[in-house]
Amino acid sequence: MSTIIVDYNSGNLRSAEKSFQRMSDELGVGQVIVSSDPNIVRKADHLVLPGVGAFADCRRELGAIDGLFGAIEEHVKSGKPFMGICVGMQMMATRGLEHGDHDGFDWIKGDVKLISPNDKKLKIPHMGWNNLNLTTKHPVFNGIKENDHAYFVHSYQLKPAINADLLATVDYGGKITAAVARENIIGTQFHPEKSQSTGLRLISNFLSWKP
Amino acid sequence: MLKTRIIPCLDVKDGRVVKGVNFVDLIDAGDPVESAKAYDNAGADELCFLDIAATLENRGTMFDVARRTAEQCFMPLTIGGGVRVPNDVRNLLLAGADKVSFNSAAVANPDVIAQSANRFGSQCIVVAIDAKTVSPGKWEIFTHGGRKSTGIDAVKFAKLVASKGAGEILLTSMDRDGTRDGYNIPLTRAISDAVNIPVIASGGVGSLDHLVEGVTKGGASAVLAASIFHFGDFTIKQAKTHMQNAGVAVRL
Repeated sequence: MSTIIVDYNSGNLRSAEKSFQRMSDELGVGQVIVSSDPNIVRKADHLVLPGVGAFADCRRELGAIDGLFGAIEEHVKSGKPFMGICVGMQMMATRGLEHGDHDGFDWIKGDVKLISPNDKKLKIPHMGWNNLNLTTKHPVFNGIKENDHAYFVHSYQLKPAINADLLATVDYGGKITAAVARENIIGTQFHPEKSQSTGLRLISNFLSWKP
Repeated sequence: MLKTRIIPCLDVKDGRVVKGVNFVDLIDAGDPVESAKAYDNAGADELCFLDIAATLENRGTMFDVARRTAEQCFMPLTIGGGVRVPNDVRNLLLAGADKVSFNSAAVANPDVIAQSANRFGSQCIVVAIDAKTVSPGKWEIFTHGGRKSTGIDAVKFAKLVASKGAGEILLTSMDRDGTRDGYNIPLTRAISDAVNIPVIASGGVGSLDHLVEGVTKGGASAVLAASIFHFGDFTIKQAKTHMQNAGVAVRL
């Protein structure tokens, strides 16, 4: 079995790679490979799309590698598990509204919009540890408890149009989307690879997930 | 709700922690990675490594530190010191840093912040501001470890770098650094109020009340300290419990 982390020039993949490799070793479920090659992406059992920075840049970089976008779509269509992290999660949406209007994968209906806390003293980016409010049960959140903390750093959020797609939120002058899921796909706005034991637990759950 | 972050900062020189971490039995107290692991286990919210003698020749040692830390610590890591151009950011991010901190180079050329933020995103661009009080309610930027005055107003500069796309400000009071007299609260408050990005208070912590004041009076989003943690005066847990009892929300 293999887990592929998609590399499309979007920042630091080292901690993502190491955290997935560690949990993969613990579970004995094989290799974690970082790759931008569509042919390797096609061989993934579990596929991870990370991402930091702006939606527009990530989307452009993803589109710049011939065949990559399509290979990711094929993986998801085939029913195999997929996980998006941070901007990688935002790209699961219909549209991103950061630096213009950009199409996402459209798996989770909804837009990615600037956070606008109702308390104007709250700073943007939303940066640091926030406690999760779990709205829907999900196998990838097994053992993760209400109010466990996760690490966030972002200025935009995915607002799912369909309530059932929403998995967890955090409070930051109103509800902020922390995780979404539908069928064989899951996405977290927070960084599991930076969220110490809570994050490692989630990664382990994802690697053993059979949707 | 979002919690106030507590960030231990380690000064690194030639790949070694300068003063060492003495609150636990480490096989090698001078190894930044061992220290990082100890703080990871202790529940620190983030870590900060400052390369205090960064030169072109010894850059490699910090990349190695970042690489080894990212392999073992699954928590946010900021690295600063000697960061001059966007490619320095790229190399540190690739090595394993989550955020990269600019200091003198941002003062010399604030556009480097815009270039870096556009390329890598604001979330990973920190600007470290070292400020000294020049008259009541007036603070000036100093560079080169506080030795060189610039004549630049700290509040104006903070606004400028925020507008250029900095994601966070690491604010150190040069008047207080090393004194254990507490953060410079008026400075911290002035900068926190002036910008809409998170501000990390730094410089002068000697007691746990100082950490509380940085947040309640200074308006900081995060508090950074070095010696009180490294020397084992207080644990991260004690600091967090103290802050929680004082009404500051922390991750416990």
